[in-house]
Amino acid sequence: MPADLILNVAVGGVLTGLVYGLMALGLSVIFGVVRVVNFAHGEMMTLGMYAAVVLFGSFGLDPLLMLVPVAAALFVIGYILQSTLINPFVNRPEHSQFMLLVAVAMIMVNGLLMAFGPNARNTLVSYALDSYQVGPVIIDAVRLYAALAALAVAVALFAFFKLTPTGKAIRACADNYLGAQVVGLNVKRLYAFTFGVGAACVGAAGCIMVLLIDVTPQIGPAYTLLAFVIVIVGGLGSMPGALLGGILIGLSEALAGLFFVPSAKGMFAFAILVLVLLLRPQGLLGKKA
Amino acid sequence: MSSKSRDQKSAGAGLVDRRSALAGIAAGTAAAVAPFNIVKAQAKVLKIGVILPRSGVQAFFGQSCAKGAEIAEEVLRQVGYDQKFEILNADFESNVDVARSRAERLINDGAHVLVGPFDSGAAMAIAQVTEQKRVPFVCNIAAVPQLTEQGYKFVFRIFPTSVDLVRNGLLGFKDVFAATGKTPQTAVFMHINDTFGQANKAAIDKLFPAANMPFKILDTIAYDPAARDLSVEVAKAKATNADLLMVVSRLNDAILLVREMVKQRWEPMGIMSPGSPGMYEAQFFQTLGKYSDYAVSVVPWYNPTTKLSALVGSAFNKKFPKDSLVGNIFNVGFTFESIMVAVDAFKRAGTTDPVALADAIRQTDLANRLMIGGPIKFDAKGQNMNVGSAVLQNFNQRPSVVFPKEAAEAAPVFPVPGWSQRA
Repeated sequence: MPADLILNVAVGGVLTGLVYGLMALGLSVIFGVVRVVNFAHGEMMTLGMYAAVVLFGSFGLDPLLMLVPVAAALFVIGYILQSTLINPFVNRPEHSQFMLLVAVAMIMVNGLLMAFGPNARNTLVSYALDSYQVGPVIIDAVRLYAALAALAVAVALFAFFKLTPTGKAIRACADNYLGAQVVGLNVKRLYAFTFGVGAACVGAAGCIMVLLIDVTPQIGPAYTLLAFVIVIVGGLGSMPGALLGGILIGLSEALAGLFFVPSAKGMFAFAILVLVLLLRPQGLLGKKA
Repeated sequence: MSSKSRDQKSAGAGLVDRRSALAGIAAGTAAAVAPFNIVKAQAKVLKIGVILPRSGVQAFFGQSCAKGAEIAEEVLRQVGYDQKFEILNADFESNVDVARSRAERLINDGAHVLVGPFDSGAAMAIAQVTEQKRVPFVCNIAAVPQLTEQGYKFVFRIFPTSVDLVRNGLLGFKDVFAATGKTPQTAVFMHINDTFGQANKAAIDKLFPAANMPFKILDTIAYDPAARDLSVEVAKAKATNADLLMVVSRLNDAILLVREMVKQRWEPMGIMSPGSPGMYEAQFFQTLGKYSDYAVSVVPWYNPTTKLSALVGSAFNKKFPKDSLVGNIFNVGFTFESIMVAVDAFKRAGTTDPVALADAIRQTDLANRLMIGGPIKFDAKGQNMNVGSAVLQNFNQRPSVVFPKEAAEAAPVFPVPGWSQRA
């Protein structure tokens, strides 16, 4: 098999994986702090994608430029969702949380179906079909911009958690719930803030993802599942792990499509998941419980 | 005595009354049930269950087919069918398992005949249900050969099998090469990995060796029907350096394929489909613009010169003024004709009794058609014997007939201009 073909496919896989990583980052942030698994994660990304489609369709606004306002809108939705609906379920059994968030997801899917119908929608930006040639490698311009935007959002998120007082307070909540309460942190507010940050993250991922794929109301569950695979591979609650998991899954899908049967490439993500669960159950960068 | 007699009479009267009442109930029940049976068999309104993928990955096709059902009543009135019929709609969400349950529900809701479903896998599932329930099923679009090879008595298909599709497709390719004087030496074959795609692949495997085609197939690449990214598949196809891309696609994947080809700057001599949807659909043109041009599809198509075509076109434009007729005509045409087959059988049978309806459908001989081909006639297996194909090539973002010559709207172009040369 020609080396330039492998290189082309690998570069595409890494770029896609970065966007996957950003999407999974939101799930990891929420679970790492609030300890609630967001089963409406893919649907929240779909909301972000539709917001980008509407803004592009109505006002011609580029989804990459709309990343900040859409993320802000999703932050508000996430904040309200946590404060009103999810917070009473934080200490309830996991199956109750599961049912609640699945119900939220179903409401979102059906709401989107009612609002937009079942047809696929996309954003045909002016650079949609552009590509760059670097030696033998042809890089899809959209994928490149999307990956760069995903990296920028991830860096901003890391900076927020490392450098800001709110970020440090959230990390304190994640590390020691009781200790955070003892020192007077408003844990409920911080939980809502964290859920908002996770939702903003996935909203931003939606704005980027809409450049790569067409959106329909039903695509959410597939991406919720993909996000789970990524965070479990990377390590539940680990932000660098989510990015690494994303890159690994993106790359494995691409190379599996090249070396094996393309129609079975999705299977390899699950093969990696099984391997990780067998050999390193806490995930590649996760901490042992 | 009189008292006893009165008592006996009274008791006797009571007994008679009870007997009468029992007999009356029995007779009443029989009388009540019998007319219902007759009413059911001789209902004045034919209920046609139209089952389509109105949502999910095939939503465009389902909604496009549904337009054919929506204009059916108006057009059929104009061509002399005054029978009353009612359309019962069902969406199988592009999911074969859902297709089975929706077909059952339609029949439970009183459908006398089912029409649909634009999908081979769903058609197979629906056929099992209709055969079990003994309700006629007129398949509008689905090519998997097994549908009419299982000895089913209630299944009828007006669409060709994948073997016929591919046979016509390969002949159409030769017509294009002969007309342009240019012939590719090699091809790569990409196909969707669902029931339809696999049936077409099997037909190509079967027919290609004996078809004496001028090119050889270097590689065959199957891809996921729900794929949202075909970059790897296209990179793999490009690496074969094939002269021609031969494709069996649906719609979304056809769009993804062309997008990736543009991005990866792969410019083979042409993209040709030996009988699959996608590249002549309205959404293909809307999404890809100038990059949708020059793709070739050899498919069953409508004959714009018939009176019925004019009526359908007029009704379609009136009801859907924002939609393009040529971008929907394939789906609209076969769905409309399927409903016409059902209503025509109802007219001849004079009853909604499913067995009588199936018998009437089996005797169908409809010369007044919209689609290219002879009169709709079914063989003993329920397969329409007269379906033709046309070679379409996209010019100015619409499909144009380039073969057969008698219906040609344009001359074929091959090899096609590169992506950067598209105006």
